[in-house]
Amino acid sequence: MISVGKIKQYANVLEKPVSRGRQEVSLSAFAFLFSELVQYNQTQVDNIAELERRLEDAGYAVGARVLELLCHREKGNRRETRLLGILPFVHSTVWKVLFGKAADSLEKGTEHEDEYMISEKELLVNRFISIPKDMGAFNCGAFVAGIVKGVLDNAGFPAVVTAHFVPMEGQQRPRTTILIKFAEELSNKIYRLSQKTFDFSSFVPEPVV
Amino acid sequence: MAAIYSLFIINKSGGLIFYKDYGSAGRMDTNDSLRLASLWHSMHAISQQLSPTTGCAGIELLQAHTFDLHCFQSLTGTKFFVVCEPGTLHMEALLKVIYELYTDYVLKNPFYEMEMPIRCELFDLNLSQEQKPNP
Repeated sequence: MISVGKIKQYANVLEKPVSRGRQEVSLSAFAFLFSELVQYNQTQVDNIAELERRLEDAGYAVGARVLELLCHREKGNRRETRLLGILPFVHSTVWKVLFGKAADSLEKGTEHEDEYMISEKELLVNRFISIPKDMGAFNCGAFVAGIVKGVLDNAGFPAVVTAHFVPMEGQQRPRTTILIKFAEELSNKIYRLSQKTFDFSSFVPEPVV
Repeated sequence: MAAIYSLFIINKSGGLIFYKDYGSAGRMDTNDSLRLASLWHSMHAISQQLSPTTGCAGIELLQAHTFDLHCFQSLTGTKFFVVCEPGTLHMEALLKVIYELYTDYVLKNPFYEMEMPIRCELFDLNLSQEQKPNP
């Protein structure tokens, strides 16, 4: 007997489950789409800084949505509120879902207190792209920097995120580093939340009138 | 071991977009390589008309005393041809690999303009890695 599977029709699109969907997307299809995104933005701007900003803005939109989706799917509707939690979240979970594997490394900057770096041997978006010499230090990884910025901003950790090429000795292709510099107002929050216990004696309660 | 003398890639209008030579035997200057490319483009087109059989796709192999010329034409009209020592094997496969590298590192590069000369670092890099096993 042949049983015919019936697809359950949902009356309201909001009632549809947020399914995992297809896990794999064609790399070539994505590469062509991304290439077209870069080309389109190139026609709209006059200089490289503008182009980087546009790619970052495109990534920001992705990052905002990815945060919401992953908090629901992977973390059971719990969002990281600690700095030391959100960084590994970006480095592993977000990267795994977007690029298929965790980023190569997550490092803390040595010069400044609130700088962190995610490094990757070669970003997936840059895999087929050769930057012409006259574009200088432009990096299409600005799109990925935008994604990270979107995730961090919407999680409550405003930051300036940029993508840089870091030449490595012995390697022909430079590594890519996503540099995350957290905003000033966070430095107090970072310090306070990184302490293991709260020292309530340091709080001076405001008098309630 | 048999070796490759040079590699040419020509666009659908016959203009040379990529030229690489691998030995002193095949070396020629820019103007000559441009002339050769358009010459080959015309010959390829004429051979399609001359062929006694219908549905001919053009010259695939030209054999001479001192060299062989293998040509591969993609569906879009871009031609890849390689000049090599007589009797070199596996040139067809090599041309297919080069075509794959072209589709990957040239066509997916947002900074490459169609039909223009190829100036893609990654394409050169991967091409030379492909050539390393060949002496």
